[in-house]
Amino acid sequence: MSKDKTSKEPKLKSMEEPLVKFKNVQKSYDGEILVVKDFNLDVAPGEFVTMLGPSGSGKTTCLMMLAGFEPTTNGTIYLKGKPINNVPPHKRGIGMVFQNYALFPHMTVAENLSFPLEVRKMGKTEREAKVNRALDMVQLGEFGQRRPMQLSGGQQQRVAVARSLVFDPDLVLMDEPLGALDKNLREQMQYEIKHLHESLGLTVVYVTHDQTEALTMSNRIAVFNDGVVLQCSSPEDLYEKPENSFVANFIGENNRLMGTVEAIKGNIATVKTDSGDVVVATKVNVGKVGDRATLSLRPERIIVAPKKGKTPNTYSAKVEELIYHGDHIRTRFSVCGHDDFIVKIPNSIDNVDLKKGKQVDIGWMSEDCLALDG
Amino acid sequence: MSDTSITNSQELLLTNDGVPLKVSLRKSLRRTKIRSFLLILPPLLFLLLMFVTPIGSLLSRSVDDIAINKVFPQTFAQYELWEDKSQLPSEEMFAAVVNDIRVTIKVKDDEGIDIGKNLLGRSGTRMTYEYSGWKSLISKTIKSALKVDKKSKEEVKPFIWEAPFKDKMIKRDKRWAKVEFWQSLGAMKDPYTMGYYLNAVDLKFDANKNIIQKEEYLKIYNTIWIRTLQVSLMVTIFCLLLAYPVAYLLATLPMKTSNLLMICVLMPFWTSLLVRIVAWMIMLQQNGVVNDTLMYILPCFEGMVNLPFFGATNIDLCFSDEDRLPMMYNFTGTIIVMTQVLLPFMILPIYSVMKGIPPSYMKAAQNLGATPTRAFIRVYMPQSVPGIGAGCILVFIVAIGYYITPELVGGKDGIMIGNFVAREMQRTLNWGLAAAMGAILLAAVLVLYWAYDRLIGLDNLKMG
Ligand SMILES: Nc1ncnc2c1ncn2[C@@H]1O[C@H](COP(=O)(O)OP(=O)(O)OP(=O)(O)O)[C@@H](O)[C@H]1O
Ligand SMILES: [Mg+2]
Repeated sequence: MSKDKTSKEPKLKSMEEPLVKFKNVQKSYDGEILVVKDFNLDVAPGEFVTMLGPSGSGKTTCLMMLAGFEPTTNGTIYLKGKPINNVPPHKRGIGMVFQNYALFPHMTVAENLSFPLEVRKMGKTEREAKVNRALDMVQLGEFGQRRPMQLSGGQQQRVAVARSLVFDPDLVLMDEPLGALDKNLREQMQYEIKHLHESLGLTVVYVTHDQTEALTMSNRIAVFNDGVVLQCSSPEDLYEKPENSFVANFIGENNRLMGTVEAIKGNIATVKTDSGDVVVATKVNVGKVGDRATLSLRPERIIVAPKKGKTPNTYSAKVEELIYHGDHIRTRFSVCGHDDFIVKIPNSIDNVDLKKGKQVDIGWMSEDCLALDG
Repeated sequence: MSDTSITNSQELLLTNDGVPLKVSLRKSLRRTKIRSFLLILPPLLFLLLMFVTPIGSLLSRSVDDIAINKVFPQTFAQYELWEDKSQLPSEEMFAAVVNDIRVTIKVKDDEGIDIGKNLLGRSGTRMTYEYSGWKSLISKTIKSALKVDKKSKEEVKPFIWEAPFKDKMIKRDKRWAKVEFWQSLGAMKDPYTMGYYLNAVDLKFDANKNIIQKEEYLKIYNTIWIRTLQVSLMVTIFCLLLAYPVAYLLATLPMKTSNLLMICVLMPFWTSLLVRIVAWMIMLQQNGVVNDTLMYILPCFEGMVNLPFFGATNIDLCFSDEDRLPMMYNFTGTIIVMTQVLLPFMILPIYSVMKGIPPSYMKAAQNLGATPTRAFIRVYMPQSVPGIGAGCILVFIVAIGYYITPELVGGKDGIMIGNFVAREMQRTLNWGLAAAMGAILLAAVLVLYWAYDRLIGLDNLKMG
């Protein structure tokens, strides 16, 4: 069901010919388990597409198939409209940043960068010029004569990026390139990669399992689970309009209420939670009346002590815990039979005085409450 | 400038108690140092006892000539006075020999046991190394020189031989008149000698202690040294050629297959060396499996054929027993069997290095546009060099001193220096020569290490 949605997405996005097209791609390593099940994805030129998903969901496998190191078990991958199933890796001309960088330890940084140009039989002067330009691009101009081992993690990472770009590929693949870096460096590098993407007009297919990274960097995100793409859309849509409960849960913080569908009217679904409360929610991905449903609510969309009649959903809740976060207060309520219902209350003047154990009303709009598959 | 400021500031560094930082640091490190020293003490002692001491005594034995100098001090003193060494020496020298014998025969050891005869006997053996015939000449002379006049009425019975000795000795054995015997003393007159080393490389001292070539018919060792180097080099190269692909497979195949392959590689270690060599003998000898198979599968055709351009031609394609390949008891046999025996020593270090090369390097190289072959040569192979170096050094060192295989399958032209070391120690009892050969082997290995360090760097060596 999610499959047809993913294949619909890119078509809406642009009418250009996609640079990369996965068509019904399947992959199995052992002939018993499908690691990738019917993968469809179009990547338009200039796009920054991220594959996001938990560990073992098949992200690296997809990247390896695109780079040519793993054959597809079934289906076709197109590059610039041509099927590339039988093109060996060295003829695909795709740049790649490996998870552990894979910088050749026996060559200097400059030799590493010059390697792809050498195998392309480029002249010496041209090579040197390109290498220097690439090193300058990642602000490592003086480090050309060092060995990779003599560089810090962040510098190695930048060399790896420079090496993947030095031969001017149209497409660059990055497999968790920032996995080994600390938080500050990660954020700085995210910015630098994003900057390179924009200034060079690159097409990037990026793999990560860090959702913040995915949200801040990408044009589009394909959320993976268990070899299937569950949703492929822009960061905003992914956060605001998750199409199923996995995506809603995986991206950002999320309160979940389980229940059964009572009635469906237009795009409004009425769900009775397991505790017996009736909730009016936006219908996104539920079946018919009587089916199980998951209600998804963002913690920042909950209103504490709403004015009477303002919210269609208002319930009495008990404050279980207050955690001070500076700009907001994280409050844990017990409501509708859940005792881990999180609400983010902005730290502003006109806030209600909350204390542990106090009973208050909380409510939310039906647009902010999504009824998803159960 | 900045350097001085750094040292200055270092001098000023004090701990809170006002003790200089360095002193305090040294103090705190002393205990760890003592502890680690105590920990390495047992292996250090073991090494000293079992390795350094024997090698030390080996080296000293290879230059030691003290024993004979103690037995014939007067003779060697006279030798120094001997002017024209192409003429027989004077009466004084003949007398010195007899006197030395008469003094030595009375020597007793610490417990009062007579050892004089033994000393003289060993001296004879030693002298024979320099010129063959000495041993029997000395023992004959000893008998005559020590003969006493039994009929004499005196208390201390006088020797029958009295000065002058020259004519008597020559009469007793004509060899005393041969100047070559006297000349050969020159090589023994110093308590420390290079003679054994010279001997080991087919050189010798002349009467004036100049280094000269041995006579052609006495030269044996140089060919053996060259052959030893040849065999070691060839075995190393063949091992490398065979081991590299195997190590690559071991390192890259999936676990299940590579384990099986590893067992095959290690199998020789579980089989006795002798059994393996005998197996090779069965395979390679004249009527062995390989030759029989070749005879069986090679075509046999004999007769007249009408060939285009050549017309009727007599063709004989049959192989007779003389055509069987000689692969045993010769150079070839030594090479084949040693390559097989030493192969694991090449495979294992290379494998252990290759195992540490992540597959992502090869992928990255191909991703950057290199063909698989090129990626292998430019990226994979340079990273396996430490393993190649370790394997080659290991195999070469083991090969250069190899003994058992050439002894069994080497025949006449596959024998190596190790066999001669054993021969000198067991048969001719020339331990000095054996020690000198051993020392030369040791030096060769050290030179090899040195060259490796200069070329590739010892820190680039990975033994496992
Ligand atoms: N060479 C291989 N042989 C067999 N199975 C493999 C192989 N590589 C990956 N797999 C399996 O395929 C599945 C997907 O692996 P993949 O590496 O694509 O995950 P991933 O999404 O990249 O995970 P992570 O975020 O941890 O990198 C996993 O279950 C893994 O065990
Ligand atoms: Mg991965």
